[in-house]
Amino acid sequence: MLLRLAYRNIWRNKRRTAITLMSVFFAVILSTLMMSMKEGMYARMMDSMIGAYSGFVQVQSAEYLPDRSLDDALMMSDGIDSSIMSTRHVTGWVPRIESFALAASDETTKGAMVVGIDPVAEKDHTDMAARVSDGAYLEPDDKAVLLGSGLAKKLGLAVGDTIVLIGMGYQGSTATGKYPVKGLVKFGSPELSKQLVILPLKEAQWFFGAEGMCTNIVVLMDNSDRSTKIVSDLSGSLPTGLVAHDWEVLMPDLKHMIETDRKEGYVFMFILYMVISFGIFGTMLMMLAERMHEFGVLVAVGMKRWRLAAVFWLEVVMLALLGSILGMIGALPVVSWFYYFPITFGEGEEFTKMFEEYGMEPVMQSTVDIGVFATQALVVAAITSVIALYPMMRLLRMKAIVAMRS
Amino acid sequence: MTNYVIETKSLTKTYEGIVPVYAVRGADVTIEDNEFTAIIGPSGSGKTTLLNMIGGLDRPTSGSVKVNGHELTGKTDSELIDFRLKHIGFVFQSYNLIPVLTAKENTEFIMLLQKIPKAQRDARVEQLLGEVGLADKMDKRPTELSGGQQQRVAVARALASKPDFVLADEPTANLDSASASNLLDIMARLNKEEGITFIFSTHDQRVIDRARRVITLEDGVVVRDERR
Repeated sequence: MLLRLAYRNIWRNKRRTAITLMSVFFAVILSTLMMSMKEGMYARMMDSMIGAYSGFVQVQSAEYLPDRSLDDALMMSDGIDSSIMSTRHVTGWVPRIESFALAASDETTKGAMVVGIDPVAEKDHTDMAARVSDGAYLEPDDKAVLLGSGLAKKLGLAVGDTIVLIGMGYQGSTATGKYPVKGLVKFGSPELSKQLVILPLKEAQWFFGAEGMCTNIVVLMDNSDRSTKIVSDLSGSLPTGLVAHDWEVLMPDLKHMIETDRKEGYVFMFILYMVISFGIFGTMLMMLAERMHEFGVLVAVGMKRWRLAAVFWLEVVMLALLGSILGMIGALPVVSWFYYFPITFGEGEEFTKMFEEYGMEPVMQSTVDIGVFATQALVVAAITSVIALYPMMRLLRMKAIVAMRS
Repeated sequence: MTNYVIETKSLTKTYEGIVPVYAVRGADVTIEDNEFTAIIGPSGSGKTTLLNMIGGLDRPTSGSVKVNGHELTGKTDSELIDFRLKHIGFVFQSYNLIPVLTAKENTEFIMLLQKIPKAQRDARVEQLLGEVGLADKMDKRPTELSGGQQQRVAVARALASKPDFVLADEPTANLDSASASNLLDIMARLNKEEGITFIFSTHDQRVIDRARRVITLEDGVVVRDERR
């Protein structure tokens, strides 16, 4: 009957119930939207910076990090393929050789990341070929480059123009080359588009004077969430001198940036939760005040105060859960909208510059992740249940005679 | 030696303040089983305070209250709640039924708190609501009942736990003549036929006329105790 009593009490003052439900409802929508936008931004950032280029796991020579020197490149061997491909959840791998060089056009010179890729393997396992925005993709024997669209713009080069590369090769050798621009590639991350010069692997190895070598092997998998497990499995099977790293080791700055931003997000969420909490708290005090006389009578006729407090708490929990479920349902179309119709900032806008400073696409897209929905609903429901402890404490200390006079 | 249902000795209640208010002063009251007693007096004479102390709702400043030999003044709040549940029935001036429960559920509620099995609860509810003439209103909520009917449900609720006595604080104050008369008939019958002890605080002449004993309070002092 206590459950029945609590349930019926919820509906005895429909306006008050509606106010409480609305508080929770909008709280869940607002917090879910905020978290979904943040998580969506991180997902997009990781997709454009990690998924599209560096990969979530790389195999490198044990000495390669942190200097990332060509001198610590690894020699390709058959053992590498078998140990990588025998690891669970690995779907393939692509070798790369990369180092910095100066890239020059007739007009100007810029620093660039020169990357050698296996055009066939990349086409099979990554979306590199699909990123060509102008011109054509590379063939294995080409002596030409794909140029990041941002870098092309900086250098004033277009498809068919010639680029000159000057850098340091393997073991201090001089690396120079002159190549036609076969195509332009555009990455989600503006930072990558402003840096990359892509050569076929063989040509890049020749350019760096590092035949048969590569600096890193990008390991591809069926689910990026398994990267830690794959790194652990690879550690036991790779040939001596090679190590596997996940993206957090490869890109510590990105990891740090996401963590910092997430913490900032938590501060905002905390403020939001506080605002929500006070709203709900006010409604609860109203619920308590307007029924104090009745509570006094119940204790007078013999109802234990803890039992009364339990009924009140049940009412609040029911309200919170109902509001949270409604909030989750309400948040779905809102969050979906921003998933299917992300906010894209135009060139030159203040927000665009801000995004680009962080190497991100100037796009705000939410993520439709049931985990985010459920977490926010649970947090708001938990906050509400915790707030209910104060009225419960008052009920536990209540004097029937005093309450009946109210 | 007489076994009293209620026995107060030098019962005093003082509300401290700049000017102390002596609500009840040295009241010695004894109530025996099966009494139908009215405590009367003008407003502010201390009727309700006396009733509240007898019912364990309020604590005396000094003196003692015994119910069936149990001293109430030394009990904790929690013990008093248990005691009230098992030994005392209450009828309030403004009915105070739980608005979201039906007449049947309101009557059943006390027994539920006492953990009485469902079959026994159902039988008792049927019996009690029948006795107060509301057998056909069992599934009505308080808002669907008249004031008189609500007060009859309150009487049924008070009797549900088979208490040692029922304390009724101005039970007829909000009722019209017919409803008040009907309620008093029911309570008088329950007193006569089932031996239930009723103690009223009232200044309603209709109640006073029906009472077999009238205790008069003035300024917190028992000035008259008249048996009929």
